Amino acid sequence: MNILIAHIILPALTTLAIMFARTQKQVRAIASGGMSIQLILSFVLLYFFLQERANGNDAVVLFAQSYSWYPSLGISFDIGVDGIAVAMILLTSIVIFTGIFASWEVDKLYKEFFISLIVLATGVYGFFISLDLFILFLFFELAVIPMYLLIGIWGSGAKEYAAMKLTLMLMGGSALLVVGILGVYFTSDVEGARTFNILVLGQHHIPIEMQRIFFPMLFIGFGVIGALFPFHTWSPDGHSSAPTAVSMLHAGVLMKLGGYGCLKVAIFLLPEAANEMAWIFIILTSISVIYGALATVVQTDLKYINAYSSVSHCGLVLFAILMLNKTASTGAVLQMISHGLMTALFFALIGMLYSRTKTRIITEMGGLMKVLPFLSVCYVIAGLTSLGLPGLSGFVAEMTIFVGAFEHNDIFHRVVTIIAISSIVVTAVYILRVIGILLMGPVRNEAYHDFPKARWFEKIATTSLVVSILIIGLMPLLLSDIIRDSMGMIVDKLVLK
Amino acid sequence: MGYQYTIWIVILPFLAFVINGLGSEKLPTKISGWIATLAIGISTFLSYETAFQYFTSPSGEKIIAFKTIWLRFNDTLHIDIGILLDPISVMMLVVITTVSLMVFIYSQGYMKNEGGYDRYFSFLSLFSFSMLGLVVATNLFQMYMFWELVGISSYLLIGFYYDKPSVVAASKKAFIVTRFADMGFLIGILMISYSTGTFDFEILTKPEGLSFSTTSTFLGFSTITWALLLVFMGGAGKSAMFPLHIWLPDAMEGPTPVSALIHAATMVVAGVFLIARLFPLYSAFAPHALGVVAFIGAFTTLFAAVIACTQFDIKRILAFSTISQIGYMVLALGVSGYGGEAALGYTASLFHLFTHAFFKALLFLGAGAIIHAVHTNDIREMGGLSKHQPFTHILFLIACLTIAGIPPFAGFFSKDEILAAVLTTHPIYFGIAVLVAGLTAFYMFRLYFIVFWGKARNYDHSPHEVPAIMLIPMILLALGSMFTGFIPFGQFISSDGQPLVGHINWPVAISSVVFALSGIGVAWKFYMKESSASDNMAKAFGSMYTSATKKFYIDEIYILVTKGVIFQMISKPLAWFDRNVIDAFMNLLATKTNWTSMQIKEFQSGQLQKYAFIFISGVLIIVLSFIYATR
Repeated sequence: MNILIAHIILPALTTLAIMFARTQKQVRAIASGGMSIQLILSFVLLYFFLQERANGNDAVVLFAQSYSWYPSLGISFDIGVDGIAVAMILLTSIVIFTGIFASWEVDKLYKEFFISLIVLATGVYGFFISLDLFILFLFFELAVIPMYLLIGIWGSGAKEYAAMKLTLMLMGGSALLVVGILGVYFTSDVEGARTFNILVLGQHHIPIEMQRIFFPMLFIGFGVIGALFPFHTWSPDGHSSAPTAVSMLHAGVLMKLGGYGCLKVAIFLLPEAANEMAWIFIILTSISVIYGALATVVQTDLKYINAYSSVSHCGLVLFAILMLNKTASTGAVLQMISHGLMTALFFALIGMLYSRTKTRIITEMGGLMKVLPFLSVCYVIAGLTSLGLPGLSGFVAEMTIFVGAFEHNDIFHRVVTIIAISSIVVTAVYILRVIGILLMGPVRNEAYHDFPKARWFEKIATTSLVVSILIIGLMPLLLSDIIRDSMGMIVDKLVLK
Repeated sequence: MGYQYTIWIVILPFLAFVINGLGSEKLPTKISGWIATLAIGISTFLSYETAFQYFTSPSGEKIIAFKTIWLRFNDTLHIDIGILLDPISVMMLVVITTVSLMVFIYSQGYMKNEGGYDRYFSFLSLFSFSMLGLVVATNLFQMYMFWELVGISSYLLIGFYYDKPSVVAASKKAFIVTRFADMGFLIGILMISYSTGTFDFEILTKPEGLSFSTTSTFLGFSTITWALLLVFMGGAGKSAMFPLHIWLPDAMEGPTPVSALIHAATMVVAGVFLIARLFPLYSAFAPHALGVVAFIGAFTTLFAAVIACTQFDIKRILAFSTISQIGYMVLALGVSGYGGEAALGYTASLFHLFTHAFFKALLFLGAGAIIHAVHTNDIREMGGLSKHQPFTHILFLIACLTIAGIPPFAGFFSKDEILAAVLTTHPIYFGIAVLVAGLTAFYMFRLYFIVFWGKARNYDHSPHEVPAIMLIPMILLALGSMFTGFIPFGQFISSDGQPLVGHINWPVAISSVVFALSGIGVAWKFYMKESSASDNMAKAFGSMYTSATKKFYIDEIYILVTKGVIFQMISKPLAWFDRNVIDAFMNLLATKTNWTSMQIKEFQSGQLQKYAFIFISGVLIIVLSFIYATR
């Protein structure tokens, strides 16, 4: 069986098995077992991918398969992965694996919870392996819809409001995407039958007038889920109401669908409009970067802090993509992965701290380093990743982006790049502020001494994320080369035309 | 014999960091200290071996001992991790490992009764690793990476007593101020790499192979000048040059051995090292940038020396003295030329860096010994300690004489070289430098007389001499302070690799010694016995004195900018704007949609009567209007 198909069948089987489980114990065992196999599968995929490349197979996508689905409209189930997709799949597997352990103690409707969570992940896997715009969109929606249930049922605070807001805003983005995708479908000069296949569409030309209409639609449509300013406001409310694992998956993986879609659909299919109109979005994304960072500085709720800093970091992803060159785009993918791991770690830790202190307001806590050393050290590591410390993954991504952005020599690009770089200082400010208030200082409350130490499932979740961050941070060459090699296809189109 | 073994100099402290970091709580407390000390001890031995091997071999070439690609950006640019050996990096290896080893040994005594012993040694090892990686960097980006790592280990060590709020604030301040400076450094690196297509020092420091367009200018300076100024901004941040110096005095909240290692001898001279590393570039392409460097150096050295005269916290006095001495080094680099006699400043600067590491580390360890005994940092609560701590007293005196520039101690030689270099190029700066020499002698002996002589205080318990494990490193450093001045430094280190014969410039030497002696004399007059002379003096200066004690209000300005402007006037309104404008707009869309549908939902109520009523009314209206219209 094709290893990519296995990536969506295994989660499906896991959800099926969970339906027949009886006790919470069984549900946990099945979910964690299934996602562990999924994680191993993703590493096997990486291994096979590298093998194929080493054997000189330089096809654009590997493990390609095509199943005809609705031939009269040119829709077919086309799958295949390049280096970027492999990297994103690996990220997804790590995050869902840790997410299962982070939600170990969910006891309200636990069956339904894990099923929704894994269905969401299935949507994400499907999105990354799709080569057909229609199927890609289908999986995109499959990933977004469970989010509504997950927040609305298992969330906290104003959960109905947050769930509704998040879903509606993302649906608004989807509406633009439908129009954009259909626009591409109908205006591409493909001979004979029309097709949704991205690779085929990529070899054909779309009239520039049409590109000008559909590029903003596709870019904003994907940008909404990538927290593009000013369409980012679902993120703070959504994250703060979502249960831990959902925040992890959402910020860790789902927001990356935005960047991935912008790169592989909007820019790849509409390169000329991208070249022409990049400046508009560069302005918006550089606002995202610095605005998100500055707004974080005054937040007091841990989840809001992370939500706003995600606006800043994901803004940098879109910013890098819009630099339209190989280096910066590679950096964008690295940043997606780095931010995915880091933010999943943040949300996991926030959930763990919340389960003990019953508050997320930093000014109501203090001195956690003394009472919860393990979790606190993990929090510091996540923070240092966020502020781009060498040796952790954030540094690799940010530097690649900045070097790529500096390849443009005009004043406009220089200025926005320097604005983006200045965010590293602001990031340091808010990260150290949180560490200073939350972890350092005297122990705030005597009751803190009775907190349970980190438990085994918490340790599995945090340690896997920390190790991933460290591996990328210490040995970035392998990952960055995999991504760079696949970036050629997208970027070369931009240069030629 | 090759130099492959040099990689272990860097790796060993890293291993110690990992072992201590992962093994914390599992290792017996004592062991962690010994693991770290053993690792740095072997590194020290290997560094000496390297120095011996390198300086005895005839060529002063740059040697790449190890190099591997770490991250590729594009076809030309990539970050390497490697080891570059040349005179200055080998010299720095010796300095760093020596001072580290002394501090590691000393810490075993000093930190004996503190909690978090293993954490302390793990961070200390991380620092040594980062600092060693910084000096042997083969390229700008590797240097930047280790530069950041040095910054974070400094942050972690300043914040060692993390349950004290002032400590938290100080560590945060240190990191953020240097981070701000590093932003400049990073932009500078990107600009240089964009123009040259490389990060590599080997290529960058051969200026004949490079070409920069000096035609494109921005605000009167060429691109490369701007780039090098931004790089200097990074250096100024780490080296606590005005106006980025504000973090260093606060950094004294960290444990005293940490201050000795990081905030006196090694990390804070990284900025000097950075300029020295890129000196050929500065000299060949950006003389204006060098002018700025010299100005900042000269200003800082005087500024900090004046403040040092008015402080009462023993560690802060030493911190300002460090800032002042680094100002000397920066000044010397700024006035130096490239090659030949004109390059005396370059050699002098690094010579002073070398000797300063010994005597400043000694001063801090001595201060640590005093604080260890009397449990306070305030010199007004000390006095008459020469009776209680005879060894510390002698060692501290040696250090004071050295920093004051009294022959034949090391400080005399290196300071003399700096003064000579400044005199030949810039008489005004020379005046400042000589004045600072006098001030230095004054504030150091002010400290010395108050602490060791003067009226004995009533201590809670009689201050005791420190144990041997703390004394031995101090004695070794004192030997370094006394004798390193006789090293013919110019033979080994010069800007262009050609030996530079140094000789004492007698007129300069005599004038600086006269200034130093008079500084000591004034201090003796003021502080040897309790006298009102110093208070009268302070009164005479009036507001000038007050502003000096308040460190010229620079901290307050920073707080105004960060808290008042950025926090209150930018971040808060932005957060408000986000919630109440952007988000509110999205909510408005939703509520308006809701409202509209509320309005029109009656059309589809499902009530047959209503539909019938509307239908018939509609028909009636149409019929009637037709009737009236056609009439």
